[in-house]
Amino acid sequence: MILRRLIALVLLAVFGAVKMPVETSLDAAQKSALLRSTALDLDLREQVGQMGFLAALSGFRSPLAAVLWIEAHTAWERTEWGRMASLFDTVTGLQPRSTLYWDMAAWHMAWNASVAALNDESVQSEALRQRNQRQYFELGKGILERGIRNNPNSSFLHERMAILLRDKFEDHCGAAEAFSKAAELPNAAPYVARFAAYEMAKCPGREREAYDHLRSLYEKGESQRLPTLLTLLQEMEKNLDVPPADRIESPK
Amino acid sequence: MITRIFAISRNTLIELVRQKVFYILLIFGLCAIGSSIFMAKLSFQEEFQMLKDVCLGAMSIFTSILAILATANFLPKDMEDRTIYTLLSKPVPRFAYLMGKLGGILILLGLFTLLMSAVFVLVLWLRETAVISEIQGQFQGVEASEEARAAIQSVRDSTFNVNLIPGILIIFVKAALLASMTLFVSTFATSALFTVMVSAAIYFIGHLQATAREHWMQGMASVEWWQTIMVGFVALMFPDLQAFNLTDDVIAGAMIPLTLFLQTFALGGVYVVVYFLLASFVFSIREL
Repeated sequence: MILRRLIALVLLAVFGAVKMPVETSLDAAQKSALLRSTALDLDLREQVGQMGFLAALSGFRSPLAAVLWIEAHTAWERTEWGRMASLFDTVTGLQPRSTLYWDMAAWHMAWNASVAALNDESVQSEALRQRNQRQYFELGKGILERGIRNNPNSSFLHERMAILLRDKFEDHCGAAEAFSKAAELPNAAPYVARFAAYEMAKCPGREREAYDHLRSLYEKGESQRLPTLLTLLQEMEKNLDVPPADRIESPK
Repeated sequence: MITRIFAISRNTLIELVRQKVFYILLIFGLCAIGSSIFMAKLSFQEEFQMLKDVCLGAMSIFTSILAILATANFLPKDMEDRTIYTLLSKPVPRFAYLMGKLGGILILLGLFTLLMSAVFVLVLWLRETAVISEIQGQFQGVEASEEARAAIQSVRDSTFNVNLIPGILIIFVKAALLASMTLFVSTFATSALFTVMVSAAIYFIGHLQATAREHWMQGMASVEWWQTIMVGFVALMFPDLQAFNLTDDVIAGAMIPLTLFLQTFALGGVYVVVYFLLASFVFSIREL
């Protein structure tokens, strides 16, 4: 009986040697398809604790991320912005392929936490409050940048970055770039290309390019001829001295 | 022979369904999936993400637990009840007995996965319907607008996608692998508790096997010889369970290419067969 068990273990080892190249190539194929690409490192170990790390190692990353996300919700209710930032860091580390986590984390930092920082009465100096607000904008931007690095083909995250640059940094050139990138990617929302042109129109030095872009959208038909686009086109026709014959018809 | 195997499978299934552990796990699993609808409301906006996280996570946890507990218990129980002696005194080969038992467990795991998937789909559909009607209410009168259509489409995209099917099938194949591996352990174990403990340990080590294999294949210059042996032992003797952890990516909306899914599924199938053959080999001369 003992001999049989030993033979069984040897057979198991032989099977192990045979399967190893198969498993290695499957592992490489899964990673090249951007599956299971999350690295569980010591930083994450410190963030989630021993049990959490064990759970993450055992294939329960997503339920753990869900639980921590709920904790972040509780922190939000208590307006504990620092704790929220730390929890967001962990959640996005556990589920880096989830674009929604990146988006929500960035939104909370750049929109909610930044407003709270600006209105924080415990800080006397207006300049300090503004600096704190700006730090939260940067934090939100940093989150989206990491999100894009992890999901380079996500039109949604590029779009969110564009909105952040437009609304919080008033960086219209950057926003135009981000909207244009979002429009090129699969599953882009239909309005993204239009938004790219709107932002380009506000970017110094790119007015002519923006006009051509808006004009090409205009030529696509009624679905693109929205009031903002028409108004902007007419303004640019005046500013760029477009010959009257080439100008668009005035909206009725 | 096949008739006998089917008969054993059927009886195993009936026995397992009558056991309390099945109902307890089923109730816990269904509660976890059902409660995800409330947990999702606790989060900000991404409730479908949360819902899928909790539901697929619960499915993975409970099918794995059921696979280990149900399989670890049957051999000691059959010996305690002495049914194994009655059965094997008839012209039933030992491998047919094991195959019948494993068949019963796999059917049980299949039914369990199916039931949990049905509840998951129902929960997802209920939330999708509710959220879409909320959106339609917000965009009242302008249903045909681009924004309303984009919002509804975004909800639809984040609920049902075809990738959920391979994700659920991989959960099942991982549970089947665990059942087969537990069966192998139980053929030389002396008690159900020992089998459960060893299988649970293999489960955790199996999730680190990929790391061990990577280090072993790359060769490690800076470590001791005994560490190299240990890493090699883990890489050779344990299954790579990380290969079956694709649900996290499925939840995040990643596409699983068909060939990759089939390869992963086939690897799981090979593990089931190999562990079963090894179990039959050890069990064939076990003193009962």
